[in-house]
Amino acid sequence: MSIVDTAKQAAQGLVQGAMTKLVPLAPDSWIPGGRPDPLIDRKHGLIGTPLSRRDGAVKVKGEARFAAEFRHEGMVYAALAHAAIPRGRITEIDSAAAEAAPGVVLVMTHRNAPRMNKPGVFGSSPTAVGSADLSILQDDRVHWNGQPIACVLAETQEQADHAASLLHFSYAAEPSTTSLDEAKANGIEQGVFMGQPLLNRIGDAEAALAAAPHVVDRRYRTPRHNHNAIEPHAATILWVDGELVIHDASQMVTAQAQTIGAVFDLEPGQVTLTSPYVGGGFGCKGLWDHQIIGAAAAKLAGRPVRMTLSREGVYRVVGGRTLTEQRVAIGASADGAFDTIIHSGLSIMTPHNNMPEPFILGTRPAYACPNITLQVEVARMNMLANTFMRAPGEAVGTFALESAIDELAVDLGLDPVALRIRNEPDKDPTSGLPFSSRHIVDAWRSGAERFGWAARGAPGERRDGEWQVGMGCATGTYPYYRMPGAQARITLIREGKAVRAKIEVAAAEMGMGTATTTAIVGAERLALSMDRIEVGYGDASIPGAIMAGGSQQTAAIGAAIIAAHNALVAELLKLAGNDSPLAGLSADDVGSEDGGLAKLDDPDRRESYASILARAQRDSITVTEAASPPLEQLHWSMHSHSAIFCEVRVNAVTGETRVSRILGSFDCGRILNPKTARSQFRGGIIMGLGLALMEETQFDERNGRVMNPSLAEYHIPVHLDVPEIDVIWTDNPDPHTPMGAHGIGEIGITGVAAAVANAIYNATGKRIRDLPITLDKLL
Amino acid sequence: MSLVINGNAVAGPSDPRVSLLDHLRETLHLTGTKKGCNQGACGACTVLVDGERILSCLALAVQYDGRRITTIEGLDAVGDLHPLQAAFIEYDALQCGYCTPGQICSAIGMVAEAQRGVPSHVSTDLAAGVTLTRAEIQERMSGNLCRCGAHNGIIDAIRATMAAEIMA
Amino acid sequence: MTPFRYLRAADVADAVKLGTDDGAAFLGGGTNIVDLMRETVARPDRLVDVTGLSDTITETADGGLLIGAAARNTAVAEHRAVRTRYPLLSRAILAGASAQIRNMATVGGNLLQRTRCTYFYDTDGSRCNKRAPGTGCDARDGFNRIHAVLGASDACVATHPSDMCVALAALDAVVHVNGPDGARTIAFDALHRLPGDRPDRDTMLAPGELITAIALPPLRFAANSAYRKVRDRASYAFALISVAAALEMDGDRIGDVRIAFGGVAHKPWRATRAEAVLRGGPATHAAYRAAAEAEFETARPLRDNAFKPELATRVLAAMLGDLAMGKLA
Repeated sequence: MSIVDTAKQAAQGLVQGAMTKLVPLAPDSWIPGGRPDPLIDRKHGLIGTPLSRRDGAVKVKGEARFAAEFRHEGMVYAALAHAAIPRGRITEIDSAAAEAAPGVVLVMTHRNAPRMNKPGVFGSSPTAVGSADLSILQDDRVHWNGQPIACVLAETQEQADHAASLLHFSYAAEPSTTSLDEAKANGIEQGVFMGQPLLNRIGDAEAALAAAPHVVDRRYRTPRHNHNAIEPHAATILWVDGELVIHDASQMVTAQAQTIGAVFDLEPGQVTLTSPYVGGGFGCKGLWDHQIIGAAAAKLAGRPVRMTLSREGVYRVVGGRTLTEQRVAIGASADGAFDTIIHSGLSIMTPHNNMPEPFILGTRPAYACPNITLQVEVARMNMLANTFMRAPGEAVGTFALESAIDELAVDLGLDPVALRIRNEPDKDPTSGLPFSSRHIVDAWRSGAERFGWAARGAPGERRDGEWQVGMGCATGTYPYYRMPGAQARITLIREGKAVRAKIEVAAAEMGMGTATTTAIVGAERLALSMDRIEVGYGDASIPGAIMAGGSQQTAAIGAAIIAAHNALVAELLKLAGNDSPLAGLSADDVGSEDGGLAKLDDPDRRESYASILARAQRDSITVTEAASPPLEQLHWSMHSHSAIFCEVRVNAVTGETRVSRILGSFDCGRILNPKTARSQFRGGIIMGLGLALMEETQFDERNGRVMNPSLAEYHIPVHLDVPEIDVIWTDNPDPHTPMGAHGIGEIGITGVAAAVANAIYNATGKRIRDLPITLDKLL
Repeated sequence: MSLVINGNAVAGPSDPRVSLLDHLRETLHLTGTKKGCNQGACGACTVLVDGERILSCLALAVQYDGRRITTIEGLDAVGDLHPLQAAFIEYDALQCGYCTPGQICSAIGMVAEAQRGVPSHVSTDLAAGVTLTRAEIQERMSGNLCRCGAHNGIIDAIRATMAAEIMA
Repeated sequence: MTPFRYLRAADVADAVKLGTDDGAAFLGGGTNIVDLMRETVARPDRLVDVTGLSDTITETADGGLLIGAAARNTAVAEHRAVRTRYPLLSRAILAGASAQIRNMATVGGNLLQRTRCTYFYDTDGSRCNKRAPGTGCDARDGFNRIHAVLGASDACVATHPSDMCVALAALDAVVHVNGPDGARTIAFDALHRLPGDRPDRDTMLAPGELITAIALPPLRFAANSAYRKVRDRASYAFALISVAAALEMDGDRIGDVRIAFGGVAHKPWRATRAEAVLRGGPATHAAYRAAAEAEFETARPLRDNAFKPELATRVLAAMLGDLAMGKLA
């Protein structure tokens, strides 16, 4: 981080800090969500009805066009060459053979790349989403092993790949830090996440630990991970009259268009960035070097460029989750009441990014406790910038915390479910804020009953042939977020005596079901049937900025639609004029009902949208409105919760673990579409199974090189690893969120690794504290 | 040389390096078949050759002279969709949709193998006929990775449609 | 991928003629060599497609089977005679790769698979004596969880990745080859070699020699056999270790036994020491363990694979216990 960026981050932190102090004190009614969303009370509408995803047909037919499936006249194919040292300078480039190879159009290195501005690194401004604070192909410097250092364009992919393999580079290596021990020895700093230090101190946790009658104090380790979306990163890029067009795979179309536009001195309107389908994201489908290099090469060659990363290229260019070393210490009295919780440790990042894996986030609101110390520190290594990966922080933090609680339960001789319920807080123990909606105890009880938790035996007690059988559980958690900047554009189009509506949001659909839930929410809000709703998304030209991250997209869209709907009602009342049954009413008096507007307390005073538009001689009406500022998340402590139960079978001969049953009992506000929501929960849980049992990015500490950049050697769960996953939910609407909903995209992965580890302990009596729990650890 | 793709004879590539996958996607613009790893590790590129499922990324197109290749675009539809495609929507057997065409083509090939009596790693009796239990389908579909986690829906969709006639 | 010429062999003689040149390679299903070519680990300038050669599975006069080298892995695994008389071979094939790959891969190609050592694959950034002789071995002190504990050298600690070959090693298969100097046969155990100081050579095949068939000799007790593979996920992963075993009881004692290990060496590892310990001895858990321990007495574990001897020992003991009671197969 440069000094400037550090200062910016500090300034943002100050503003946020001030807001954090004032907003909690404001009356509820001043806060978005202070009055419950009327949709919460609508019990018989589309919300809560299982509906098939809208893009299902085009996807099962293979008709959905992904980023690497757009074509343009004269398009050439790109291939990248990557650095083979962790740090230093490129001293020589032998490109003669590559340039002479058949079909080659361009070999671009730092020597001939166009001059470009450094992309704004994530957090340096509200719109900056660059992955690292580094310029790209502008100098001879190598910052990580695998950094793209050249790009070849050729008429076919085969020709480009071949030519790239003919490039040879000489380097002057410089001292680098690629081992954890060295990184620690170089110095450890306080971790700062989104402008705020990852540090909480309440009471004196160490003193309380020393005095506590029952103590667990353990270290846990989690390795690096990669997202491994099945669609490799790709972009089809062209320049049209000095403007940039990118068919991308993006979780953040608007910010990405702005960041890449600034690299090329373009105004926001000069970048067209679309991303109608994203073949899996989980945090990785953002702006990385490949789009910028592809745009530069397209500019230099004057040809449209197809830039598709190879699978290895994804590992070299796109960062993953970084490693953590965590300590969890809990002191408790004999009845299980927590006196103290310490959750601290280290995560690794680079000199050129600022993303400590914030593994204490899930611990902050978790348990009632008078003494709490939570801290994430960081050390730096010369490596590819790490990034957000599904539930950054919570996914690995809950492994440590919830394993330690299980260890304490064993020590105390208490049921781990009872121990958790025993320590249920009545307000957020670190922020002091009231919870907006928290029914985790209900989730625990209903989950335990449905799973048959009572049948759990003592450690090592159950056996089926070679297989040792055990059960475990853990809490998962993920915050409710709503980021600022969302807008919605609603257009009503008159078609005879009816209307259809187009709802546009600058959001991304990576399979979460966003297009479907947006249609559901839009239909409910406008009181139109689903077949009258069209949803537009995945296009940076749509107003506003919405990120498919932090499990916040549905809330952001929901709040933007509320705002746009309010504006639409006001506009329609203006159009309605004095001849309308609605004449004289204000926007507060009316709502949408059955394809039109009606007075709230006198529904007979109504007029259809089509009638209003017809009388005004309008074919359509369009409104665009921004969502309210997301102050609710500073006023209440807002979280999704889960209770995860699992049963494992561990082979006594081989140490292999198979998860035979798993149940997620969720408390995530109101579920909008049970069908796609269940898939989201299950998907998170399955990624959690991978995290628990098999996933690790192998980073060679001798030279900082990722050594398993392949789906054959980086193991993710296959069909046979995945049991039938039972999912239930409380369905209690949060009175303070749009639609009463919470985010559900990341909660699923949280808690799973601990539930599996705890079940393995119950099966075998062996406590494994470093992930993944491979069979050799159980021999 | 020529290939028969979804019933249509088409020319093969002049460059023998071109995989069947790239030939489909880049020359024939049949982009329903997906490239996930290009190294035989994910199954997204699964197509049917004379009814057998293979990985088109590891297949050099020149090796498939005269063969009948069926891609997701060429499945026998009942109305708009093959029954398995319809079941994938009904059982929400997809999220991002990128592995989906490969899963569907793989499942169709898988059922044909089972009907022929090909055993699997989890078959308890190699000499007996095949019963497509859940575990059998899971093992036989394990060559198709999914990262969104649609596994349950995929198996449910297959069981609900394709496997019905050969399940005990 | 380096440019190459594609040629299709009409028969064995044609294949041998076309494959004689330096820089020529034979092409079966392509499941390994296409990947290696794409990674530029392999750079043949001529590919001779031999999938049109014999893929038949026929009974031999001595009561065994002869499998054409172009037979697909699936075809072998599903063949009734293989399933009933050599179940360990069916099992080994079905434990490997995925159904799609088994539908493509040929028997001949399976024998010539190259290691999954990630340093071998990393052409840009790692040293590997197998890929580039004399450059060094980054696996020895690197990530070597999947690497060898038996028969490795200072130059190379790679393992052979095939499952099928482990079963073939246990079965004393015979490899039929044809080359510039004519046809010959090679005992299976003599096909693959230990790395020594020439890890670039995986097999004892002479340049230009083509595998044309695999002969399975008759083995009465092969029907009482099994293959067990241990890996990091339930399916579609290479073996950490695997065991192929066939057992014949003689009353309470072991009459005869065949054992081979996968994932432990540069070649499929025929466990002759363990077999010798067991033959004629008691069928007890202690005897099974002692046999495996004898086999792994010379094991030299690396940083990440010290678990392999114990894991292989346990798996062998469990399998022999089951085979002794007729529980497998």
